Amino acid sequence: MRKSPNYNLIAGCSLTAVTVSVIVLGFFWTPFDPDAMSPIKKSIGPCLSHFLGTDNFGRDILSRVMEGAGTTLSIAFFAVSIGATFGTLIGGLTGYFGGVADEIVMRINDAVTAFPSILLALVVVSITGTGKEIIIIVLGILFIPSFARVVRGEFAKQRNMDYVRNAKLMGVRHTRIMFVHILPNIGPVLLSSIAIGFNNAVLAEASMSFLGVGIKPSESASLGRILLESQSYLFSAPWQALSAGCAISILILGFALISEGLGYRRVWRTATKRRRKVDA
Amino acid sequence: MKYILKKVAIFLITLLGISVLVFLAFQIIPGDPTTRMLGTQATPEKVALLREQLGLNEPAVLRYFKWLVGFVKGDYGTSYSYNIPVSELLSGKIAITAALSGISFIMVLVISLPLGVILARFAHSIPDRIISVLNQIIMSIPAFFIGIIFTYVFGLIFKLFTPGDFIPYAEDPSKFWSFLVFPALAIALPKSAMVIKLLRSSMVKEMSEDYVRTAYSRGNSRWQVLSRHVMRNAIIPVITFLAVTLVDIIAGSIIIEQVFAIPGMGRLLLASIIGRDLPVVQTIIMIISIAVISVNYIADISYKYIDPRIRFR
Repeated sequence: MRKSPNYNLIAGCSLTAVTVSVIVLGFFWTPFDPDAMSPIKKSIGPCLSHFLGTDNFGRDILSRVMEGAGTTLSIAFFAVSIGATFGTLIGGLTGYFGGVADEIVMRINDAVTAFPSILLALVVVSITGTGKEIIIIVLGILFIPSFARVVRGEFAKQRNMDYVRNAKLMGVRHTRIMFVHILPNIGPVLLSSIAIGFNNAVLAEASMSFLGVGIKPSESASLGRILLESQSYLFSAPWQALSAGCAISILILGFALISEGLGYRRVWRTATKRRRKVDA
Repeated sequence: MKYILKKVAIFLITLLGISVLVFLAFQIIPGDPTTRMLGTQATPEKVALLREQLGLNEPAVLRYFKWLVGFVKGDYGTSYSYNIPVSELLSGKIAITAALSGISFIMVLVISLPLGVILARFAHSIPDRIISVLNQIIMSIPAFFIGIIFTYVFGLIFKLFTPGDFIPYAEDPSKFWSFLVFPALAIALPKSAMVIKLLRSSMVKEMSEDYVRTAYSRGNSRWQVLSRHVMRNAIIPVITFLAVTLVDIIAGSIIIEQVFAIPGMGRLLLASIIGRDLPVVQTIIMIISIAVISVNYIADISYKYIDPRIRFR
């Protein structure tokens, strides 16, 4: 029987490819200056020159959404990089060596993941204040546990496989086994958690900026921020809210489809993990 | 019984641990709250006096125990910004947030459980595929954006409610509930989509098991097999996920309160974070933590009673 094509992965990759290319384009060129205000062009609906209309200050919304999506995506990128790097290190070490440290780290992980990440982010922000760098660091740290958990599980599974034992017998160093032998084998799992990480990071950044505790208005536009500002002009300029909201949703949808396509069932995993815990 | 006692003991220890963490977190904040409270009028004498009044000169351990005892008694300290007891600020707000989360959770159950079963029954048919795609899209729309769409469509165009015009329960209970319907639905929609997806795939997976074939061979009808046999097995992972969902709903209501201008706990939390009113932040975080941990433990315990395979071990 022929395998049916992986529609999720195809759809997710094409959607993400399109959005990311628009965003990358936005780093170099936007139709208008995102911050240029103009009193005569206040709240124009979508038209030929202003594809998505203008906001209450006469700023071109398409340009602002492009810039905002760029900010959101770059924050997500750095946050996921921090989370994935440290999460892989911690998860790899604990999963490979096991023991008491493994137990302790997993308990801390359980405790942290029990709380919604937006709540934890709010707590940290209430202590540290807001700003672009802070959001990146906060989200990055908050993503470490979920990466650590996935990687730990995979390492613990691979640890007892024949190829690892063989490598050990041949006298390969532990660090080499971990990063040269095991790591490539957990690639797909890691990739799909990275996709989920992007999904969560975009959502978290947008939520925080929307709540006014994310990006500072002076720093740059951000999708959440545009959505927050659009609320006051919802009646006169609904297209502003619609553009920013759809941009967030499309970004999230793309990443969700990719992780789905890579066969990583987030929902399933948390559920079956619990089940095993209760069984034991 | 012994199991529950053990769980309750661990629960209390966890809460104690959380209280230490929350207290410590708000100790490491740079800057002195007194200078912030006094603002431009801060003179060394006034600062010293206020520090004495707030008890900031005592050792941290002593302050922790004082805070903890006060918290258990319902004395949450004094708000920096408003200079009134935090409990007074919070009164009524917890109930609003709880009502919003409660309605939202009931909506998730009412929407997702029947739909999940029906989709599983007609799995792989064309309507199932169409709904699954829609489901995936709804899942990706953040609740606050759905809230804004609702405000525009139902509030501004159809005028089913007045955006921003929250009616307290004491004033008109029926209007209070009807105002909460749209915010609750905004939180519930993406969450329901996730539960539908999980329940559907969980049921489809169970449907290929041997016991299902046996049930059919004994002459049970399709719906009988689904409701009595498949559902009872498929619901187990869903229940854990529902606990996660309830926790997310509580957190999500913080954001949705902002969209619909509902004067609940979340709005107060945000205002306090921005105004750096730490006693209020500390109290609300503690209350939400207690709610989160309770939900997790209740799910853990209920699990044991729902799945006999675990109960009789």
